[in-house]
Amino acid sequence: MVNLRIDDTPVRAEPHWTILTAARATGIRIPTLCDLDGLRPVGACRLCLVEIRNWNSRLVPACATQVQEGLDVVANSDRLISLRRTILELLFAERNHICAFCVSNGHCELQDLATELGMDHVTFPYRFPALAVDASHPKFGIDHNRCVLCGRCVRACAEVEGAFTWGFAGRGVFTLIEADLGAPWGQSTTCTECGKCVHACPTGALFEKGKITAEQEKRHALLAEVTQRRPRA
Amino acid sequence: MPKIRLATVWLSGCSGCHMSFLDLDERLIELASKADLVYSPIVDIKEYPAEVDVVLVEGAVGNTEQRRLLEEIRAKTRIVVAFGDCAVTGNVPSLRNPLLREEVLRAVYGEGEVPGLEEGAVPKLLPQALPIHAVIPVDRFLPGCPPSADRIWKFLQGLLAGKRPELTGADLRFG
Repeated sequence: MVNLRIDDTPVRAEPHWTILTAARATGIRIPTLCDLDGLRPVGACRLCLVEIRNWNSRLVPACATQVQEGLDVVANSDRLISLRRTILELLFAERNHICAFCVSNGHCELQDLATELGMDHVTFPYRFPALAVDASHPKFGIDHNRCVLCGRCVRACAEVEGAFTWGFAGRGVFTLIEADLGAPWGQSTTCTECGKCVHACPTGALFEKGKITAEQEKRHALLAEVTQRRPRA
Repeated sequence: MPKIRLATVWLSGCSGCHMSFLDLDERLIELASKADLVYSPIVDIKEYPAEVDVVLVEGAVGNTEQRRLLEEIRAKTRIVVAFGDCAVTGNVPSLRNPLLREEVLRAVYGEGEVPGLEEGAVPKLLPQALPIHAVIPVDRFLPGCPPSADRIWKFLQGLLAGKRPELTGADLRFG
């Protein structure tokens, strides 16, 4: 076991745990967006940034940093709240995340985070990019306006389903999630139509067709359930 | 205690926030005992008056007339409140923002003379519908599409008590 401190609370952790796992085991809340149980952490969204006091107050993503003996972690402080809110505002400003006309209104992790972190408005100018909706798939749709590029769909498809249909294309703010090297989703030859990507998606970017907003609740626990039931070698 | 001078304004929005305001129901009577409504779409006053204490601004800024009014409001008001998601984020009116202004107007009005394309009897449409804090400094934000009557009341009660109302938790929710 490894001993560390999170928000001045002594924590005993398994050596392979991340700071996020240790915090959760202790009941300390750290906001996350790209993290999902059952998928490998990538540290993409930066919302789980924590401060390590004895590393010169360096900021590290809690989801992708392994615990170490003697770490003195700050998980919640005014500085971290301000940083997390800024990250969230940048996410909102980057694409057209308008809750009132989104299929995931009321079931959205991005919307919930705005409430949790006290974001009452976005101080950055909105980009209002012209982005497409791909509704070519018979069962599902992808709305790039709502995408935060967390990559949960990409990882769910690769790590859990093993289909490797989804990937990232482009760079920076112009990055898009693409099926099969840019084919319309409905024409994908690798997609198994399993829907794991849809249930992994934290926002309204991936949605089920034929479901109204009130029914669009996603089963985020699905990926963990599937991986836990899977027999191990 | 003197009554506060309250105004409400309706820019590019659906009036849903004002409907929600009217949903205060019997609480409107209590409000009327503490505040004078000096300018509002539901009051027949044409000019925005001077020395307003609080204004609730519904809607995004979509045209030159709204931008001019907003600047006048800022100059004449102590506390400007972005009232509802359109004023706070741009919301539904901002759906047109990725498109070109002329394309949007042509799609609606077809060929020939198009109102709003240039300054005229109808004010010129701005290239994008923006949240009001993109145009003037804003003091408070009251999100929601629309904010519920309870949320509005909680907010107004703070203001009427001379406090700085801080909405937290579920009262801060967009959409």
